[in-house]
Amino acid sequence: MIKHLLSADDLDRDTAIGILDIAERMAATAGREIKKLPTLRGRTVVNLFYEDSTRTRISFEAAAKRLSADVITFSAKGSSVSKGESLKDTALTLQAMGADAVAIRHPAAGAPHRLAGWISGSVLNAGDGTHEHPTQALLDAYTMRSRLGHVEGLRVAIVGDVLHSRVARSNLSLLTTLGAEVILVGPPTLLPVGFEKALPPGASISYDLDAVLPKCDVVMMLRVQRERMIDSYFPSEREYSRRYGLDRRRMALLPEHAIVMHPGPMNRGIEISSQVADSARSTVVEQVANGVSVRMAVLYLLLGGNA
Amino acid sequence: MTSTWLIRGARMPGGGPTDILIRDGVTVEVGTVLDSRGATVIDADGLIVLPGLVDLHTHLREPGREDAETVETGSRAAALGGYTAVCAMANTDPVADTAGVVEQVWRLGRDAGLVDVQPIGAVTVGLRGEQLAELGAMATSAARVRIFSDDGHCVADPRLMRRALEYVKAFDGVIAQHAEEPRLTVGAQMHEGEVSARLGLTGWPAVAEEAIIARDVLLAGHVDSRLHICHVSTAGSVEILRWAKSKGWRVTAEVTPHHLLLTEEYVTGYDPVFKVNPPLRTAADVAALRQALAEGVIDVVATDHAPHAVEDKECEWAYARPGMLGLQTALSVVVKTMVEPGLLDWDGVADRMSRIPARIAGLTDHGHDPAPGVPANLTLVDPTARVRVDPSQLASLSRNTPYAGMDLPCQVVATFLRGEPTVLDGKAVR
Repeated sequence: MIKHLLSADDLDRDTAIGILDIAERMAATAGREIKKLPTLRGRTVVNLFYEDSTRTRISFEAAAKRLSADVITFSAKGSSVSKGESLKDTALTLQAMGADAVAIRHPAAGAPHRLAGWISGSVLNAGDGTHEHPTQALLDAYTMRSRLGHVEGLRVAIVGDVLHSRVARSNLSLLTTLGAEVILVGPPTLLPVGFEKALPPGASISYDLDAVLPKCDVVMMLRVQRERMIDSYFPSEREYSRRYGLDRRRMALLPEHAIVMHPGPMNRGIEISSQVADSARSTVVEQVANGVSVRMAVLYLLLGGNA
Repeated sequence: MTSTWLIRGARMPGGGPTDILIRDGVTVEVGTVLDSRGATVIDADGLIVLPGLVDLHTHLREPGREDAETVETGSRAAALGGYTAVCAMANTDPVADTAGVVEQVWRLGRDAGLVDVQPIGAVTVGLRGEQLAELGAMATSAARVRIFSDDGHCVADPRLMRRALEYVKAFDGVIAQHAEEPRLTVGAQMHEGEVSARLGLTGWPAVAEEAIIARDVLLAGHVDSRLHICHVSTAGSVEILRWAKSKGWRVTAEVTPHHLLLTEEYVTGYDPVFKVNPPLRTAADVAALRQALAEGVIDVVATDHAPHAVEDKECEWAYARPGMLGLQTALSVVVKTMVEPGLLDWDGVADRMSRIPARIAGLTDHGHDPAPGVPANLTLVDPTARVRVDPSQLASLSRNTPYAGMDLPCQVVATFLRGEPTVLDGKAVR
């Protein structure tokens, strides 16, 4: 039983698999005429969003609502946060309102950890700066399991701006916990210095996408931001795309069964070509749908589970 | 007002028990003092007497951030930490870049009267790194500034740094460099390495410090000027300093207590009380810094005492200000990291925390062992005491100590500033 989900490191193998199993059952309810479950009736879930992220916010909202929780969404625009209220004061307000769980999205790494120290409810990291995004990793693992039948033993390439990617950090942790092999691929400028030494068992680094692809079961493309080019992490979008983008030619290097993932939003034509993004191998749309089920499972575990 | 004090049976570093008679601000007799008439006697059996500690690197925050610290509260924290002199950094608001501001700080120090407050002058106007401040005017002011520093910012422009080093030779000044190549630390939050990779915090690479130190020791050698390196934090910096000293260049360096004790692992919980600039480094760096201090490659311990208001620390890591309190815990941390492991004896502590910093700062009244005719700036330490650090009990206006709850060795029992106690029985006299 865990109280917070701040990092994918908080999840051991059994807990992670437990979440995926619950998510599967939650997904089954989505096909019903009445999608709502009474599990969290009377509980308050706050979505505290300091960054624009329509996709993640809506996903958390839908998850909490389907479990019948009372949902309050607090976004940085149009609330007291934009008037300069500190995170701590906001936390005390949420505490006073009796929030049972807070899903927080924040541009500063570690903000959920700080929040967890100030409120008595559960804190769910919905993405903190360049640190982690654990529910994204869970939904990615869920997607792999539903497409390929298992996660253990899969070989997964995570490609692109690993340095700035919370998706990469959470996936690295969760997938290796679940027994997958992870290969981080990108230009050396976008792989953290010293990461070789910090990698968990089963993880490695490569600069050569073409060499990695033929042995992959999953290739996960990360969004690369234009500002990275201005900051000299790579010379141009064209060169990035040529060396690390997934296009039709590269997709052909993948084994027959391999899938292509992207956490979105995609930069079509840069890290992923449209033909690849829209191909049958692409799981982009499924990932979004699976996000709701996985977040329902996490809320259930943190709030409902054994209560 | 004059008074007479007799300290009975204090142990001098490296020596046996001795009596010290203090009158009219100076030590008048050392040895076995029989005549205690008119003197207040302090039983110092089991205590060690050190020359009053001297801090080359203190942020007193006044003028400008009197909510975080004032000259008076910082002076009290210093006295309680065993200090009789502190050098106040220039990054106040307004910046101490004119004779007027340094004299103001100096007078505030005199009014508080708890330690000698020696202002440090800014190297450049407004710490902006563009144009030299009026260094000569500050040197000849009542504050008699000898150390100049843009601390908090690096004097990054090599030409400007060269000019500053040369210019202060006229009045035996020294440039204290905050070594941080700014282009390598844009947005930096913590030491760059395994832990920053894991935590997703932007890295502050060791090379950003080492590159500036390498450049500046070469410059100091070239123009034969005095250079002091603030808060050395990496093993690589130690190697460069060792090399520079082997050349005979006039380079000195300091290390902070926190860089002797704490590592980057403390960042893991994202509590900004551990955010500091330069950042906490690796265990290997800590070991190298201790060794360098033992060998004298690093000359002194300086606190970089940096008080911050609660709201500047109780926030997200990235938004917090860097810096830690240090004055009241410095000696204890040095004992824990250097004396207890056998790297330094008490005489070495007196060197690194009093005699050498006094010499670097040109504070002629400080850094002397008790001897007849010498100003009585002294500290009595109980080496057997252990103290648990309680932030609410610290004299600073701020609470940002990284040592909260830690048990640290030794306690300052008394501090004398020119023959008058500022601390007695471990408590500030006022």
